[in-house]
Amino acid sequence: MATRANLVGAVCFILLAAIAPALPGWFLSLTTIAFANALVVLGLIILWRTGLVPFGQALYYCAGAYTVALLARWFKVSDAFVLIILGGVIAGLIAFLIGFLLARYREIFFAMLSLALSMILYGVLVKTESLGSTDGFSVEPPTFLGWAPHGQALGFALYWLVLAVCAISAVLVSAYFRTAAGALAVPIRDNEIRVEFLGVSVNRLIHIKLVIAGTLGGFGGALGAMTIGHVDPAMSYWTTSGGFVFVTILAGAGSVAAAFVGSLVFEIVRSIAVDVLPGFWQLILGSVLLLTILFLPEGLGSIATRFRRSKEPAT
Amino acid sequence: MLTAFAIVTDGLVYAAYLFLVAVGLTLIFGVMKILNVTHGSFYAFGAYGAATAVGIYWDRGLPDAGGFLFMVLLAMAIGLVIGLILERGILRLVYGKDEVVIVLVTYAVFLILEDVITLIWGPRSYAAYQPMVAAGNVDVGNLTLANYDIGLVVLAALLAVLSFFALKRTRFGRLLAVVIFDRETAAAFGVNVTVVYTITFAIGAILGALGGAVMAPKISVTLGIGVEVIVLAFAVVAIGGMGSVEGALVGALIVGICRAAAVHLVPQIELFIIYGVMALVLAFRPYGLFTRAQPRKI
Repeated sequence: MATRANLVGAVCFILLAAIAPALPGWFLSLTTIAFANALVVLGLIILWRTGLVPFGQALYYCAGAYTVALLARWFKVSDAFVLIILGGVIAGLIAFLIGFLLARYREIFFAMLSLALSMILYGVLVKTESLGSTDGFSVEPPTFLGWAPHGQALGFALYWLVLAVCAISAVLVSAYFRTAAGALAVPIRDNEIRVEFLGVSVNRLIHIKLVIAGTLGGFGGALGAMTIGHVDPAMSYWTTSGGFVFVTILAGAGSVAAAFVGSLVFEIVRSIAVDVLPGFWQLILGSVLLLTILFLPEGLGSIATRFRRSKEPAT
Repeated sequence: MLTAFAIVTDGLVYAAYLFLVAVGLTLIFGVMKILNVTHGSFYAFGAYGAATAVGIYWDRGLPDAGGFLFMVLLAMAIGLVIGLILERGILRLVYGKDEVVIVLVTYAVFLILEDVITLIWGPRSYAAYQPMVAAGNVDVGNLTLANYDIGLVVLAALLAVLSFFALKRTRFGRLLAVVIFDRETAAAFGVNVTVVYTITFAIGAILGALGGAVMAPKISVTLGIGVEVIVLAFAVVAIGGMGSVEGALVGALIVGICRAAAVHLVPQIELFIIYGVMALVLAFRPYGLFTRAQPRKI
């Protein structure tokens, strides 16, 4: 089952990579952004399975993005691979340090504290005049092992890079879901004291999940910064976090694939909404979110599951 | 000395503002266990309503006192209507779901209402400074204080006293205490929990709109004011302890004074001192200053 899912996933990613030259430019950049965001959502799904909803995941997204931007600005590091890895590592490190505090919290308190932490970063960035305050600053275009593409070639390179990082993350995260630590997520959600009685430290498990989610957030931010070519403090504002939570609800926490499909659907809905009714895209997004919660409480992913269940007799 | 006095007065004014926006939020959370993101919309609707009222009223040479009343009443009426529509129309459908899911429902409604505001009032910003001017200033030593600000502090203090009285001494307040303690047992004893919820939510919405209304003359009423206020109110409520009115009061005072001190002494940290205080308080008192830890279920 797991190998089949991996196989299907691999085929999808290879297909997506292969059709790149045939895609219109706007769709290419939309997909690049969507998949960069999907990495953050993947991290949220890991936490969501344990019943935790961070309203401050933008902290790691922003940390990853600023890491890339600052490395390029201060140390002239321009290699995309180095930048991504460092973006993820720094965000993961922040998550590790914050985790000592955050892993003790649950439910609404977890959401609030993570929100406060991301708002602290926002406040710091807004008040840092040397980094452009609320305007942020632009990010140098990255190079790839010495190759420095421009224009359209850069778009392709980033698209393939995002796909590669997504594919690797998807495989690793689905492998994590099958380990004991990953499988204990739902029991923690249902009743964490019983999990403690199994001899497992729930706080430590959640701490690890926070680090994984933070690292994924950092990757997403690093890729986002390179794709957009600009960073600003709004990346850490609570509405950015809200957007990620939104996609998580839309996608559902059922599977790894849901993160990517959900994120793509979200970007498409948003682009169409902005294009067709420019003044009312929040209204449309809000309605979609509301309808999803009311009628598809387990997200878009559950459509596939329902379909499968109706074909296979219940076991 | 002058700085200290300025910090205290500025802090009190800011605390009054924070208490006004936080009290409705904490009331709704305390009774219904809903962390209401829509509170930011109530605030925005209140502010826009008040700005409209000021526009209608002040250029006609009518007595000023009536203008204050009209501004506040119109905003509160708007809050009541939206609150009722929301509670009866949408929230009723999701009672019993996870607390976090309900937060997201209110977030969705918040997004929708942001655009509804644009739909009604358009994208331009409104100024409603007339009440500020009409109230005038008063000199205290070397400092000039706006009477309007003093009025704001008095209003917040009155509201605090009123809500303590309402919660501890009136029949409805005691019903609330019962519902907070155990909703199901309360229902079994004949308390109409549905009605209590509706009334509570409506009061919370009215308070949110009132917060926006009284702030309208002090700010530029423009798109996105709700986005900012909601995180501020969250911070205040989280510091004090969610669901506690005393907590909202103390939280507002702490944040107000800290922010005023930051503005006067170290302006660089002004923006994040609020969240810094919040993170610090939560690190030592996870459930805020005024609530006891919940027993864990086994």
